[in-house]
Parts: sequence; C-alpha cells; structure tokens
Amino acid sequence: MTLAMDLMNYALIAAFVVIGLCQMMAMIRVVIGPSTGDRILALDTMVVNAIGLIVLMGIAQGTRVYFEVSLIIAMLGFVSTVAYARFVLRGDIIE
Amino acid sequence: MTYEIVTLYVITFCLIVGAAFTLIGAIGLLKFNDSMTRLHAPTKVGTVGVGGLLLASIIYNGVFGEGAMHETLIMAFLFVTAPISANFIAKVNMHRRACDQPPELPGDEQWATFDLVETDNTPDADTISQ
Repeated sequence: MTLAMDLMNYALIAAFVVIGLCQMMAMIRVVIGPSTGDRILALDTMVVNAIGLIVLMGIAQGTRVYFEVSLIIAMLGFVSTVAYARFVLRGDIIE
Repeated sequence: MTYEIVTLYVITFCLIVGAAFTLIGAIGLLKFNDSMTRLHAPTKVGTVGVGGLLLASIIYNGVFGEGAMHETLIMAFLFVTAPISANFIAKVNMHRRACDQPPELPGDEQWATFDLVETDNTPDADTISQ
C-alpha cells in the first residue's frame, strides 16, 4: 500500500511539474506568435492545461470542489476561442 | 487491500500518460515551424492529455471518495468542442494568409473564408518575411 501510495504521489508531483512546464511553453508561443492563429491556438492550449492543473489539484487535495471550476473554465475557454477567431474572421463577434 | 493497490497503480499510469501527452503537445506547439502543422500538436493535449488526468480523477474519487462520474461531463465537453475550435483556428490561418492557399474558384466566386473588407485581406508583415 505504502509503495503504491508513494508512487502515485511522485507521479502527481511529476504531472504538476510537467503541466506547469507545458503552460510556460504555450506562453512562449503566445509571445513569439508569429501569426494571430498561433496565438489563439496557444491560448486554447493554455486553457486546456489549466483544466488539467485544476484536476490534479483536486486529486492532490482529495476534494471534489474543483469540478465545477474546471467545467466552467472549459466552457469559457471554448467560447473565448470561438469569439477571438470570429473577431479575426469577420471583424465582429455578433453580426 | 490488493484491489486498492492495483487501483493506485492504474491511477499512476493514467497520470503519467496524461502528463506525457501534454508534454508532447506543448513541445509540438513550440517546435513545429508552420501554422497549420502547429495546429495538430495541441489536439493531443485536448484528448489523451486531459483525458488521462480526468480518468485518474474519476478512478481516485471512485475508490477513495464518494464516487461520481462528473468528470465525464468535462471530458465529453472537451471532446465535442476541440474540433470546432480547431476548425475556427484553421480558418483564421487561411484568412490571414499564414498557410498554403486553396485553389481559385471558377468565375467571380470567392472562398467564404476570405469574404471580408479589403483592408483586412492584406497579409501580415511577418508572414511575408518567412
């Protein structure tokens, strides 16, 4: 039991570090661009990574309170991606 | 007892797979050198990456908590919306002339993606220099 528990805790810490690193990589892509599509894509990836981080935090603390947070972030991320893309495509969000 | 140990190993496996695919997606997002190629890497993050982490959360809460399948909602939502946003981003790439262009249409017709005010159709300065 203890060995498996230790292993899971190490995997949890490793996942935290790796996803934090991925978040930083996506941030670099947001900064260097070069085109608008890349920036939208990188922001979308950052939203998905944030959902992953929140789910990991839920496992680490053993609570379920973060479920609603991640669901709302998923919805907001999709809507904001579509709104940004639509703004670039049409020059307006709601025509 | 044995059941819980096996579950912990399964959770560990799911966490490692999810984190590895997230890392692969981020490296692809950073290293690929074309807008449309870059579009393909983060799809791994949106499906297997977050899917693995959510699966680990489902199993953990099912064995050590009250046990509910709420995370499948997030998974279903992400799986449904990922292709839509990818389609929109591809359209933005085409619209900003950041990739290979589709062939000309016969007659006076134009692709609907390019249908906009004239001032917006000028290509980006850094897109030309590539």
